Amino acid sequence: MRRETVLLLGLLLVLLAFPAFAGPYALAVATLILYFAYTGQAWNILMGFAGHLSLGHALYVGVGAYAAGALFFHYGIGPWAGLWLAMLLCMLLGALIGFLAFRFSISGVYFALLTIAFAEFTRVGFDHLDWLGGPGGMFLKVAQRDAWDLASFRGPPLMYYYSILFLCAAAFALCFFLLRTKAGYYWQAIRENEDAARALGIDTFRWKMAAVVLSAAMTSVSGVFFAFYYNNLFPEQVFNIGRSIEIILGPVIGGVGTLFGPVLGAAVLTLLSEAITEALGAFGLEIPGVKQVFYGVVLLGVIVFLPHGIWPALARRLRLRSGA
Amino acid sequence: MTALLEVRAAGKSFRGLRAVHGATLEVPQGAIVGLIGPNGAGKTTLFNMIAGVYVPDAGEILYDGRPIHGLRPDEICGAGIGRTFQIVKPFAGLSVLDNVTVGALLRARSTAEARSSARGIVERLGLGPKRDLPASSLTLPDRKRLEVARALATRPRLLLLDEVMAGLRPTECDQMVEVFRALNRDGLTILLIEHVMRAVMALAGSIVVLHHGQVIARGAPEQVVKDRAVLDCYLGEEAEV
Repeated sequence: MRRETVLLLGLLLVLLAFPAFAGPYALAVATLILYFAYTGQAWNILMGFAGHLSLGHALYVGVGAYAAGALFFHYGIGPWAGLWLAMLLCMLLGALIGFLAFRFSISGVYFALLTIAFAEFTRVGFDHLDWLGGPGGMFLKVAQRDAWDLASFRGPPLMYYYSILFLCAAAFALCFFLLRTKAGYYWQAIRENEDAARALGIDTFRWKMAAVVLSAAMTSVSGVFFAFYYNNLFPEQVFNIGRSIEIILGPVIGGVGTLFGPVLGAAVLTLLSEAITEALGAFGLEIPGVKQVFYGVVLLGVIVFLPHGIWPALARRLRLRSGA
Repeated sequence: MTALLEVRAAGKSFRGLRAVHGATLEVPQGAIVGLIGPNGAGKTTLFNMIAGVYVPDAGEILYDGRPIHGLRPDEICGAGIGRTFQIVKPFAGLSVLDNVTVGALLRARSTAEARSSARGIVERLGLGPKRDLPASSLTLPDRKRLEVARALATRPRLLLLDEVMAGLRPTECDQMVEVFRALNRDGLTILLIEHVMRAVMALAGSIVVLHHGQVIARGAPEQVVKDRAVLDCYLGEEAEV
C-alpha cells in the first residue's frame, strides 16, 4: 500500500473514532474544521484545478442555505428535497457567472471581481426579501432531540459531525477521482496555459463551465449543512465577503490544487483561531478584529515562507506525493 | 497529389498593419513544406490563421477541401491539424508525461490509453528519461521537443511546426529531422516555419517564401535558394557573412 493511502486511512479512522473521546466543544471545533475542509475542497476545483479565482463562494453557500432553509421554514420540507433545489439554483448561478466571464474571456482579477459582485448584490437583494426574513434573518425551528432524525436532518451534534465527515470524505474521493479523469487533466491544462490547451483540442469554454458549475453545486451542499447546523441565516452574515475569504483561506494556506491542502489548511486555521480565542479569553482580553489580524499574519507567513502552501512542503518532508 | 491544406489569398491586418496579404499556398497530402522568410514576414500570423487563433480578414483556408477559417483552435485541432508554438507554452506545473497525456486524451477512449500512447510519443522524441519531471525544469531544446510531442499526441494528419529547431545543437537538429522524416513516412503531412536552413533543406520537398506578408517565391528548395528575390530579401544577408 502506498504511504499516502496509509496516511489517509489512518486519518479517516481517527476521525471516525474521534467523537468517542471528544467533549461537546472539541466535537464542535472538529465539525467546523470539516465544514471548511469540505467547502475549501469545492472551491479548490475551480481555483486549484481549473485556475479561476472565485472570491464570492459565499454566494453559493448562502443561496444553498436559504433555498433549503426556506423550504423547511415555510413548508416543513426537509433538506433532502431542499438539497436538490439548492444545487439547482447554485448551478444556474454558477453557469450564469461562468457564461458571462468565459464568453467574454474574462479571467484573473476580473473574474474574481465578477464573483465578488454577484455575492454582494445577492446579499443586498436578500436584505430586501421579506419572504426570507430580510435583514432580520430566518430562523429554522430547533427541536432538541437526542435521536437522529435524518429525514429532516435534526439531531444531536454527533449527527452533524458524521454528516460533514461523510461529505468531506466524499468530496476528497471525488476530487481524487476527477484528477485522474479527462476533466482533471483538461482543467489543469487550462490552469497552466489556456492557449496551449486550446491548441490541443480542448474546448476550454465547456470545461471551465463544468468546473464552475460543479464547484457551485458542491458549495451549495455546505450551505444546506450550514442552514441546518446553525439554524439561523442572516444575509449580512452568510453572503459577507469575509465568508468568501474564510472559505478560500484553508486551501490557500494548505496548498492550492492539492487534495490534502484544503483539509490541512482548514484544520490549521480553525485550531489556531480557536486557540487564540481561548488564549485571549484566558487573559481577559476582548479585542474585536484580533482573529482577522491573526489570519492576516498567518497568511503573510505562509506566503513568505511556504508560497505553495503547507501541504506541498510537508509532503516533501514526509516523502509523499505532494499532488495527492 | 491532392492538397491537404490550401490557403487562398488569405489576409490579416492588425490596426492597419498588413501582417499577411494575399498569401496563397498549398500543402499536398504527404508532403513536407517549408515556410521561410525574414523576421516579421508574417509566417507566424499565417500559422495562427491556419490554427484558428486569428480569423482571416480576407481569403479562405481549406483543409481536406473543407473551409476551416472561422473555426476555433480546438475545433481545428479536432479536425486533425496539430501545432506547436514558437514561444513554447508548456503546462509548467505538470510532468512531461502529463503534458503529452493532455494531448493524447483528444483521441483516446480512456486515461490509461492516453497515458500509454503518450509514453510512446515521449520516448520517440527522446524525452523518456525526463518524463516524470515537471515541464518547468526542462531546458529550451527539451521544451521544443515537448511542444512537438504534445502536438503529435493529438494524432494530427497535418502538423504545423513553428521554429522547433531553434536553439538545438546541429546533432540534436539532425535527430529531430530524422523524427520528422519517420513521421512523414508514416503519412504525416508537415508545414514548417524554420530559420535553421540545415533543417529546412533536409526536410522540405518544397519551400514557400514569405516577405512583407506576401509570397514572393515558391518551389523546390534548390531553386528557391537561388531565386534573386529571395536572396535579396532574406538569404542575401546570410550569404554575405
